[in-house]
Amino acid sequence: MQRIGVFVCHCGTNIAGTVNVEAVSDALRKEPGVVFSTNYQYMCSQAGQDIIKNAIAEYKLTGIVVCSCSPRMHEATFRKTAASAGINPYMVEIANIREQCSWVHKDTLTGTEKAIILGRAAIAKVNLNAPLTPGQTPVTKRALVIGGGIAGIQTALDIADAGFPVDIVEKKPTIGGKMAQLDKTFPTLDCAACILTPKMVDVAQNEKIRIFSYSEVTEVHGFVGNFDVTIKKKARYVREDICTGCGACTEKCPQKKIPNEFNLGMDTRRAIYIPFAQAVPKVATIDPDHCNMLKNGKCGVCSKVCTAGAIDYNAKDEFLTEKYGAIVVATGFNPIPMDKFDEFAYSQSKDVITSLEFERLMNAAGPTGGKLLRPSDGEHPHTLVFVQCVGSRCEACAEKGKEYCSKICCMYTAKHAMLTRDKYPDTEVYVFYIDVRTPGKNFDEFYRRAVEEYGVHYIKGMVGKVSPEGNKLKVQASDLIENRQIHIDADLVVLAAAIEPDKSARPLATMLTASMDTNDFFTEAHPKLRPVESPTAGVFLSGACQGPKDIPETVAQAGAAASKVIGLLCKDQLTGNPCVAHPDEMMCSGCSNCEKVCPYGAITYVDKEFRMPDRTTKVRRVAQVNEAVCQGCGCCTVACMSGAMDLKGFKNEQIFAEVDAICR
Amino acid sequence: MTNTKRMKEDILRMSGVNPRKCMKCGKCSGTCPNYDEMEYHPHQFVSMVEEGRLEPLLASKSLYTCLSCMACIERCPRGVEPAKLIEAVRLLKERQKDGNHLTANDIPARIDDDMPQQAIVTAFRKYTK
Ligand SMILES: Cc1cc2nc3c(=O)[nH]c(=O)nc-3n(C[C@H](O)[C@H](O)[C@H](O)COP(=O)(O)OP(=O)(O)OC[C@H]3O[C@@H](n4cnc5c(N)ncnc54)[C@H](O)[C@@H]3O)c2cc1C
Ligand code: SF4
Ligand code: SF4
Ligand code: SF4
Ligand code: SF4
Ligand code: SF4
Repeated sequence: MQRIGVFVCHCGTNIAGTVNVEAVSDALRKEPGVVFSTNYQYMCSQAGQDIIKNAIAEYKLTGIVVCSCSPRMHEATFRKTAASAGINPYMVEIANIREQCSWVHKDTLTGTEKAIILGRAAIAKVNLNAPLTPGQTPVTKRALVIGGGIAGIQTALDIADAGFPVDIVEKKPTIGGKMAQLDKTFPTLDCAACILTPKMVDVAQNEKIRIFSYSEVTEVHGFVGNFDVTIKKKARYVREDICTGCGACTEKCPQKKIPNEFNLGMDTRRAIYIPFAQAVPKVATIDPDHCNMLKNGKCGVCSKVCTAGAIDYNAKDEFLTEKYGAIVVATGFNPIPMDKFDEFAYSQSKDVITSLEFERLMNAAGPTGGKLLRPSDGEHPHTLVFVQCVGSRCEACAEKGKEYCSKICCMYTAKHAMLTRDKYPDTEVYVFYIDVRTPGKNFDEFYRRAVEEYGVHYIKGMVGKVSPEGNKLKVQASDLIENRQIHIDADLVVLAAAIEPDKSARPLATMLTASMDTNDFFTEAHPKLRPVESPTAGVFLSGACQGPKDIPETVAQAGAAASKVIGLLCKDQLTGNPCVAHPDEMMCSGCSNCEKVCPYGAITYVDKEFRMPDRTTKVRRVAQVNEAVCQGCGCCTVACMSGAMDLKGFKNEQIFAEVDAICR
Repeated sequence: MTNTKRMKEDILRMSGVNPRKCMKCGKCSGTCPNYDEMEYHPHQFVSMVEEGRLEPLLASKSLYTCLSCMACIERCPRGVEPAKLIEAVRLLKERQKDGNHLTANDIPARIDDDMPQQAIVTAFRKYTK
């Protein structure tokens, strides 16, 4: 028989406001096994914990029931308290009388009744608890970063700096992400390449970092500290170890008319290409959809001009499996497609562009060499209209837009407007806004400069319609401050398109068993207190894959994610969860049902010799659980027809005892 | 319940519109093809109904200059449907005592050869109880 102590918490008025705590501790004192019962204002405080410790010593308690908040909040706290007073931490049970009781009931009578019932169930369970000891598993001291944008780059550099090896898997031929496509960056207007490319070079030169570019993660197994990850290295038909990046092939390739994705299709590239001059790794890649040689065996020019002999038309996709202790997701974002927003005529006119296209038009390495020219006729535009919130904050257009604010576009639009006026004082620049959102250090000042110093016309209102007429774009919009509708003949219209997570994020989340919100942004373990961890142990989040972010925020989060990874990789052993599955071999029929349902592959079978009641021996096939791999999900216990599989700490008999106690 | 409050509830019930969803972006008014003919513009209808300022709306010729083209409904990012609200205010007006603006006797004088039959039907729908 256990000697159980019951501790009822007031949680200030959180619980005591709707639950008569005195009545609860009195009622629970009469339950079987209970030798001590009390209540206190804040059980989790030092004084509260001391009450538990003293009671353990004084009443020789063997089990503890704390009636308090959710076990997610303080189960660990009370387990530690118990352990420090000499009892096994798994002899502690929490009855959640806050989230599941006082917070949902208004009336003290029902609240109190329910609190007593919940306490009774916890007591019934503790009566059947047994001490448990968690196992230890070793940690693979290597991290994987998925996505090589500024988020992935910074995370990898910080982890490597602490001395741990890191691999970056980037699906494009080069790392750099969206930041490599930007011209200048708010709020300081330093050039994106000048601050990004040195970091890319650092990554390339860091001995601790390996880059798998043009690669994807295809399979993830294992658990925190011990992930097995399969990486697919797509065939690039150029040997990375030999190619010098001289670019001779990219000048001679006869396939010239392929839209260049780096410049968002505003110019062309060859079938063999290096995305941009500072690409890392700086090696060529053949685009198999457009190469004559790969399509019909007729060409081979690049192989002839390549003095290094790097071209390999027979290359195949390669798969490799690596072990990691931690995984960081840094898959970033993309602007949403604009073709469904008919009112802005994006698909009708080349002179209606997105903000990312505008970045390329302003960039010295872009399709126009940094001259702002209209894509349709190469003329210098005089009147520019910027439209904010295109597809953002759009509740009614779920099939094409997003309900959330994309966060970065107010600031980059101010940047674009300012840079335009700075470089071309002969222009008139209009920005249509619903709100100008500039919370951030020096952000509002930046926006005000666009208005006050650069004379950008900020107009409160939305553009209703853009119609191409001749070589002009007729813009019809409302000006809410002046209560008028205005019409502008524009030369260029720039749409601040909403941003969304990369499309590959959803399947990746499934592989990682990491959760996402309805917009496909990765969810953090706690929105305030654990913002860089996913709820899945060992999986961390960095950058815009977790929510819209600018570069300073991305870099801050990247560093935070790295420090969490370093904290994990510093450990030699991880303490596991002792609540794992355990088969009763005498009852197991070897049916394989449990193996089929286990999501973690923790179950195998062995042939074992058993002594039978009649003293003969018999060899039987029985299930075995790898306790290091089992996550305690309990699937197998439900699938087991013979009732042989049980979960330590959550045995069937414990659960039935709880149900009985509730129904009593 | 005050008269205004009751009228507002009627308008919201008839239209099915929730003006609180409006984020005051002005896209409806940026879209409206008959903006210049309207004294109060679609975004103002939304905000004035929400604030209970119904009298100016009920007295305004905007009730009749709205083309019911539904462009504002199509473009509103928040699904507010301003045209339905305008229609409801207009119906409220018509249903008041002496709300008829057109009788069958007025028709012959107004007919001209170019006018499509449909226009007469529409006018009846718009200007009478
Ligand atoms: C027009 C525009 C202007 C901007 N201007 C500024 C500015 O002036 N100042 C500022 O601070 N911020 C600016 N930003 C925001 C800035 O671009 C982002 O904050 C930053 O790029 C986020 O970095 P990231 O690494 O999280 O994402 P990304 O840059 O998107 O990088 C993600 C990387 O992951 C890779 N990837 C995706 N999925 C996978 C996968 N499944 N497997 C492997 N790799 C994958 C992608 O190919 C990409 O390389 C601007 C954004 C836009 C659109
Ligand atoms: S083989 Fe392919 S990539 Fe090489 S030059 Fe010919 S078309 Fe271009
Ligand atoms: S950041 Fe500004 S432009 Fe972008 S969605 Fe939010 S309010 Fe609109
Ligand atoms: S509880 Fe059972 S199904 Fe779940 S991980 Fe452990 S062995 Fe697999
Ligand atoms: S329905 Fe009326 S208010 Fe709406 S856009 Fe058409 S004319 Fe304007
Ligand atoms: S378009 Fe919709 S959200 Fe915007 S002002 Fe009009 S009614 Fe309000």
